[in-house]
Amino acid sequence: MNVYGWAQIFLYFLVILALTRPMGNYLYRVFEGERKPFPGIFGAAEYFVYRALMVDKNKEQTWKEYAFSLFIFSFFGILALYALQRLQFFLPFNPQTLEGVTPELAFNTAVSFVTNTNWQAYPGESTMGYLVQMAGLAWQNFLSAGAGIAVAFALARGLTRKANQAKTATIGNFWVDITRCTIYVLLPLSLLGALFLVSQGVIQNINPYREIVTLEGTRQSVAMGPVASQEIIKELGTNGGGFFNANSSHPFENPTPLTNFIEMVLIFLIPAGLTYTYGRMSGNRRQGWVLFCAMAILFMTGTAACYQAESHPNPILAGLPLDHSQGNMEGKEVRFGTSGSALFTVITTAASCGAVNSMHDSYTPMGGLVPLVNIMLGEVVFGGTGAGLYGMLIYAILAVFIAGLMVGRTPEYLGKKIEIREMQYAMAYILIFPVIVLITAAWSAAAPYGAGSVSNGGPHGLSQILYAASSAGGNNGSAFAGLNANTPWWNIMLGIAMLAGRFLMIVPVLAIGGSMAAKKDIPPGPGTFPTDGFLFVILLTGAVIIIGALTFFPALSIGPIVEHFMAQAGRRF
Amino acid sequence: MKNISLKKELITALLFTVFSMVVLGIVYPFFMNAVSGLLFHSQAHGSFIAGENGRIVGSTLIAQRFVNPAYFQPRPSTAGDDGYNASSSGGSNLGPTSEKLRKRVAAEIERLRKENPDAPFPIPVELVTASASGLDPHLTIPGALWQVPRIAKARRVTQDRVKDVVCVNEENRTLFVLGEPRVNVLLLNIALDRQFGKAR
Repeated sequence: MNVYGWAQIFLYFLVILALTRPMGNYLYRVFEGERKPFPGIFGAAEYFVYRALMVDKNKEQTWKEYAFSLFIFSFFGILALYALQRLQFFLPFNPQTLEGVTPELAFNTAVSFVTNTNWQAYPGESTMGYLVQMAGLAWQNFLSAGAGIAVAFALARGLTRKANQAKTATIGNFWVDITRCTIYVLLPLSLLGALFLVSQGVIQNINPYREIVTLEGTRQSVAMGPVASQEIIKELGTNGGGFFNANSSHPFENPTPLTNFIEMVLIFLIPAGLTYTYGRMSGNRRQGWVLFCAMAILFMTGTAACYQAESHPNPILAGLPLDHSQGNMEGKEVRFGTSGSALFTVITTAASCGAVNSMHDSYTPMGGLVPLVNIMLGEVVFGGTGAGLYGMLIYAILAVFIAGLMVGRTPEYLGKKIEIREMQYAMAYILIFPVIVLITAAWSAAAPYGAGSVSNGGPHGLSQILYAASSAGGNNGSAFAGLNANTPWWNIMLGIAMLAGRFLMIVPVLAIGGSMAAKKDIPPGPGTFPTDGFLFVILLTGAVIIIGALTFFPALSIGPIVEHFMAQAGRRF
Repeated sequence: MKNISLKKELITALLFTVFSMVVLGIVYPFFMNAVSGLLFHSQAHGSFIAGENGRIVGSTLIAQRFVNPAYFQPRPSTAGDDGYNASSSGGSNLGPTSEKLRKRVAAEIERLRKENPDAPFPIPVELVTASASGLDPHLTIPGALWQVPRIAKARRVTQDRVKDVVCVNEENRTLFVLGEPRVNVLLLNIALDRQFGKAR
């Protein structure tokens, strides 16, 4: 650890803090404001899209209609992406003449990119041609991010709208939300950001791989591709699927410490901004800052723990004549160092991004525990675009409920009663995730066709399985990448886990939005628990930690935790 | 009524799918290709660099293999079967209790010890650990300086002159805090050739 490393971490946090309000205001204007930004350009494009695609922008949807639109759109997305991969051989812009992708892998990848997971069971540069990368994978990078943001707005509208308004029980229009998100936010930021990335050295072309003779006279084949245009939305939309196998550690994806910093900022930009947007929607900005504070506490704790662990020597190298002052450098790049790597790792798993700039599998046991815990907490620490906010709001409802139990009153949130039905939906949301993760992990660990993919022995093997299941169920997409996930079992099982982790969890979210939208506003009384103060920050943070810990501690204790003690004792596998 | 709206919804979804694929998946990336090729032609095509005689010798961003003792060597690579394969990036993914990792590092230490009899101990850890991409083009300053005795001997120049080349090529932290100080191995080796003649 050194002062530069900590300075980088604090600078990062300050930048996010400074950007939260302007980004939040911008998002508010785009989705809820009467006067939208840049009507001449964006407004015209929006109008054109509605005309061409037969969308009635004034028609509000109930939660069921909203869910139906989202699901049917996602279903078409999966079909199209599957077809593109299978037919790759016959399609243009495939200079390496890569073959069609196998059915299981194509299914897994299609689901993965549509659910904003971006789990990758394949090495990009030797599996996916340029057309699949551009018109398939990058395309869904935009839309899956947009869908997440749309759902977050749907829930936020349900919670904040007053029932005596005319729009009772409706929560917006899915097509309008996803159109606005793309036109006003994702596409313009991507255009600017991609150009910046190229200026730093991220490649952007559709040339064949370049064959060169090196300075010493050996041959080297250098992979090419339209990387920058995909790299930017991969971060901005918290997608995380790398163009190359090495993801954001590849110098063509992340060439300098500055691109590393900007990529990290982009991951949290929308999730952090959304907390402020939510505050404005509720009519009390402190409601948003409360969520921000709870997220910030969890984020800084995780970052400190991970940086601390990774700046220590790798325990497997103890006793060798090495200078460990760089920290644990296996699976890390020199230009990022342990600080830039650990910070990226915490951010990418706190958000549901899953891009990696270092190999999590080679982290020390405690360093690798942090990203795993981040995913298991439900990725509510800023979280994915949209998914982070709606996840945290479910926890907020739960925290209010717990507070209500303590004082024996019907809980209220933002002046609306939380009743049996909302709690049932909230509990469903909370429980679906561990059910998916633990069943997938346990089954895979017990069966030879699952456990056979493990590449590290001892408890680390179990950690690999646990990480894969959590990453898929939590729609993260990062991995302990030594696990050979390109087998029929893992492709299909994780594909199902990703589908369930996305769509089964969106249903209760939208349902809560719908049922809260219909509720009457009740004025706060003396027994109302205030949800805009520091006490609520503590309660909310506690709820996230306790639920996560109770659910996953047993599994973690036989994975990374026992591995930590074995590593200290010098055990090798 | 219900059926009509369902049908309309399906048509909208289908149109939306096709339209967004064309705009976001084709128009946007090709537009980026054109603009970045115009403004940042070299970077967009891989930051390739020419050596002494004008021949392209590699990308400044991608590590390549160096075995000649008169050149700086990059970090070990797990990209592809033999390492430094720039169309097969990736790390070792060996964990912190992996016997395999320890054996690999021990073998690497043995090799470095043999090739660098005059170098001091301990060895900077980055020289025996594989990077995340397998294509890490950089070394830390200590990692480069550690190799100086070997290079000076092979090129029959003083160590101080080689050290100077390292210092001149040092890249510092961006904005004082971002990243780590480092040197680019390919640029360093091109500079060596320019200064002391092509390595034999």
